[in-house]
This record gives sequence, C-alpha cells and structure tokens, in this order.
Amino acid sequence: MFNKDRWREILEVLTSNVWRTLFTAFGVCWGIFILIVLLAAGKGLENGIRQDFGDIATNTMFMWTRSTTKAYEGLPKGRSFEFRTSDVQAIQDNVPNLRFISPRNRLSGFRGGNNVVHGIRAGAYNVYGDYPEIIRQEPMTITSGRFVNHNDIREKRKVAVIGRGVKNDLYEKDEEVLGTYIKIQGVNFMVIGTYKKNSNNGDGEESQKEIYVPFTSFSQAFNRGEEVGWMAITANDNSSISNLKHDIVSEMKKRHKVHPDDTRAIGYFDLYEEFNRVESLFGALRGVAYIVGIMVLLSGIIGVSNIMLIVVKERTKEIGIRRALGEQPWSIKLQILMESIFLTIISGMAGIIFGSLVIFAINTVLDSVGPVDMFMNPSVSIGVVSGALLILMVSGLLAGFIPANSAIRVRPIEALRTE
Amino acid sequence: MIEIKDLHKSYKMGSNSLHVLKGINFTAEDGELVAIMGSSGSGKSTLLNILGMLDEADSGEYTLDNVPIKNLSETKAAQYRNKFLGFIFQSFNLINYKSAMENVALPLYYQKVGRKERQEKALNYLERVGLKEWATHLPNELSGGQKQRVAIARAMAAEPKVLLADEPTGALDSKTSYEVMDLIQKINDEGNTILVVTHEEDIAHMCKRIVHLRDGVIVEDKKVKQVRAAEYVQ
Repeated sequence: MFNKDRWREILEVLTSNVWRTLFTAFGVCWGIFILIVLLAAGKGLENGIRQDFGDIATNTMFMWTRSTTKAYEGLPKGRSFEFRTSDVQAIQDNVPNLRFISPRNRLSGFRGGNNVVHGIRAGAYNVYGDYPEIIRQEPMTITSGRFVNHNDIREKRKVAVIGRGVKNDLYEKDEEVLGTYIKIQGVNFMVIGTYKKNSNNGDGEESQKEIYVPFTSFSQAFNRGEEVGWMAITANDNSSISNLKHDIVSEMKKRHKVHPDDTRAIGYFDLYEEFNRVESLFGALRGVAYIVGIMVLLSGIIGVSNIMLIVVKERTKEIGIRRALGEQPWSIKLQILMESIFLTIISGMAGIIFGSLVIFAINTVLDSVGPVDMFMNPSVSIGVVSGALLILMVSGLLAGFIPANSAIRVRPIEALRTE
Repeated sequence: MIEIKDLHKSYKMGSNSLHVLKGINFTAEDGELVAIMGSSGSGKSTLLNILGMLDEADSGEYTLDNVPIKNLSETKAAQYRNKFLGFIFQSFNLINYKSAMENVALPLYYQKVGRKERQEKALNYLERVGLKEWATHLPNELSGGQKQRVAIARAMAAEPKVLLADEPTGALDSKTSYEVMDLIQKINDEGNTILVVTHEEDIAHMCKRIVHLRDGVIVEDKKVKQVRAAEYVQ
C-alpha cells in the first residue's frame, strides 16, 4: 500500500502541473501559517501579562476596614473600627487551608509632606510595617542587602528596605546605602536592603518609592499598638481564596460586631478572581485564534478539494484505462486520498515552518529592542504543532474524500469514452 | 472459451429505450481469431464491452473459461478483467506520463507482481512486439503503429485468456494496420484467443472467422480462409 510505485505516482501527478500544485498548496500553507502565528501572538500576550503579574502568589486576597453602614448590637452605623493583631491569629485558627497572613500598617506619604530624611535630603514616601511573607504576595527583587526577616520582627529591630526610587532621591549616585540611617517621622531606621519591583501596573513610580520596615517595629515606633490596617491573605495551592474569602470576612464581622449583612464595612480585593478573569481571557483568545486559523485553513482545504476534483476530472480517461486493466476501485480511491493528504501535509508543513520562522524573527526583534509592554516571547508548543499536523491529516482526508468517490463513480466504460 | 446465450442489452435514452443487442448466441473456442463486423450501431462495440466486463447485459448468459460472469461487483469485475482479459483499443489508451515499459507493466502491477519481475516481463513483451529499444520512451514520442504495439504488449503482459481488440487498426494507415494485424496473427498462432471488432473487410479477412452483426442480431457467422498480413508487410 505504501510502496514505491504509489509514491512515484503521487509525485508524478503533483509535479505534472507544478504551478497549479503550488497555488493549491499555498491555500493550506497560508491557513496553517495564520493559525500558528495567531496562537503564538496569543501566547505572547499571555506571557507578557503573566510577566506583569510577576511571580506573585495569585491565590491571594487583600482586606481592610471601612466604616459600618448598619447599626448592630447597640452600636451605631458609621462607626470606624480597626483590625487587631489578635484577628490574625483568629483567622489562622478558624479558617483552614491558608498559607500566609501578612498584616500590615502604613504611613502614607507619597506626594504628601516630607516624612523621610537622610542627611540633607528629604522626601515623601509610603512606609509599610510588614511581615517577611509579604515578599511572596507582593513580589519584589532585592537588589542589594536583604529583606525583613522574622528576627527583625521578633526583636523589633528598626531596619528598613528602601525602593530604588527612594535611593535615587535620598542618596548620591554612588553613595553606599546599606548600613546608613534614614529618619522616618523622626525615628531612625537602618537601611538593610534595596528592592526593585517588576510590576508595571501604572503605579510604577509609586511602587519604586516605598519603604518596608518590620511590622512590630512599625507598631512600636509609630504608636499603632495592636492595630492592623491591612492584611494580605494567601490560600494553599489546592484551595481557592475566592471560596475562603467569605469565611474570613464573616469571621472578622463577628469579631468586630459588624452586622452580618453589612457588605461595606470590610473592603477586600480578590486577586485570584481577577487573575482567573485574565486566565479566561487567554482561553478566549486561544479559542478565537483556533477558530480564525481553522476557518482560513478550511478555505485552503476547499481549494485542495477543488483541485483534486479537477485532477480526477482530467484523469477520468486514465482512470478508465486503469480499471479496464484491472485496477480495483479501492486502489484508485486510496491513490486520490493519498495525493490529497500528501499535498495537504507537505503544504501544511511549509506553513508551520514559515510560521515558526516568522515567530523566530519576532522574538529576535523583541530581544534586540528590549522588553515590550504586555508582549513577550510569542511561541507555539510542540503540542500545538502536532495538533496542527493532525488537523492537516484529517483535512487532507476530507479534501480527498469527495474527489476519490467521484473518481470511481464514473463507470469504466464511460470513463474510457471521454476524451 | 467464450459462450454467450441469448444476450440482450438495451440503453435507456430518456423516455424511450434503445434495444441494442437482441438475443446474441455465440461461442468461441480456444485459439480462435474472430472478427466481429457490422456497421456502426449494429451493437458490435456493446457486445465487446459486455465480453470485456466493462458493461453488463440485461439478460442472457455469459461464460468465460467456464466461469459464469454475472452480477459482478466492481472489485470482482476488476479482478476478472485483470486475470482473464487483455484490451486493445482503437485510440491505444496508453497512459501519457508513463514510459512504454511502465505502461506494459501496469497490469502486472495490479496483479501485485514485484517491481523487478514486472520490468523484466514488460521488457520481454516489448521485445516480442519489436520495441525493446523504445522501452523508456513516453507514448507521445512513438508513432501510431508503435503505440498500438505497446498497447498489444500491455494486453499480453497479464497473460490473459482472451484478447479483445476494439478497432485496433481504426486509427492507423493501411501499412501500419497490416503490421499490427501481422502481430495479432502471430499472437494467435501461439494459441491465444482473440476477438477483433472491425468494419474493414480486409482486416476481417485476416481473421479465421467472421461474425456479422446487424441491428443487434448475428446475421452471418462463417469461417474464412485467413489472409496472412505478412504478405503485405516487407
């Protein structure tokens, strides 16, 4: 069935009208090219946006307090309240499957009055009292020194990690930063590290101008007592924070005597939900790429089918001769099908190669001009390529089916009579 | 070898049907060389097509080498054609993009004979028709007579029981016609059964028996003294 003669024959037929074969092949080639490039573009966008999320633990929610809007248990509405450090322990104890809970307090200062001084320079920055785990929930790259650790927390050390922006503002160009002191609202903190953030969500400048100090030292230095202003809560990988957030919020409501139906008293942001929304967007993009690509491919395949019909028509007499000489119908059918599949696969491969070259070129250009917002490393996986080959195989079969049947529908005696 | 009893065939042409064969009874023995004659529309080609299993009769019996030929599927018909019959056509019907040798080897290919053996046999038959030097040439590089000789070699290649020739000299001038007939006679001399459809008297008289068809019936069936075509060929 796959003998040399059959292949010779396929090649003979396909090369007997080279230009026609090439134009037909182009249809399929173009279709698979579009499919590959669209998928790669979608993947590039996906990679770019994932890069924006950075290596952030996406299974995370952020929670803060607002004022109540409902009277409850004798307390009036419009009451403000604060989380306490004991709430952290309570959540830890009552809600299972949580990985980290990072309480935080904050001095907001960005674009406000100067609150930080170093030598003769001063600036206005956000200052955060944080736990070490925050670096997993709000990723940053430590460019020198280290981040806050649990010893700092335990011993309430007055140490600080400053952003690149802070360093540029407060220090000379090549001044040593580590081990120096900055004065935050009149309290001295020793700089133990600098960071840089990868995220570019439009708050680029602000996010590089932050100062992180240990949560406990912050509370002590700025008189926060047991207060907690904000919490970042990450769930374990095998459970979703979106399912757990209601338990967490109602636990907080219970502890702070907030009406259970008061939806405004506790504010939160579910990063996971947001992330999933983006994920589903990627899914939709892939879907669109597949649909558009396959549609274009389909027109190519119809082209192949058309040409095969013409080829069969042209060879009607030849097929008649072969049948008179004793070739069996299935053999003729197989011949036509193989021609069609061969043509489709070869031209599809050309499309895949062409597409890969274009993707390679785009990657080379991207590499040379540096990172581009929201787009990075467009690529197609080997799975997609083999999927495309499968699609080609099936479509070649489909394209050859009608012509193959029409080839043997004509009776040999009529086929012999045609000129 | 061939036995036909009360063969009927009609074609539907729109609302009226055309009765082409109206009860043909015919027998051909092993080794006969029969000419089937008749004017156009007499049914001679239809008869040959039925004999060649390219067409099927409406009623009647057809036995070829003691095998009843009836209600064949396309696959079975293809097998029988390959095994029992060799065709020689008026327009040669060679495959254009295949060389003379490949054309001759084609029936052997359908018999699943290996490539080497196929080529050997094909060359052998080409030699017998005197075209060994032309083995690698394409049909459009050959003259009409040469093409028909390739076609004869092809018809013989499968070693069929019966050769069916449909106006084998119809597209050739007299000199080449005689050459082709000479070849056919020689093949017949070796004991092959051959049926030749023709409307040329001189060609018919080169056979051993002439069957006249008119309006779908056999009007005359006589043995004749064979005229050797070699007499006309230098």
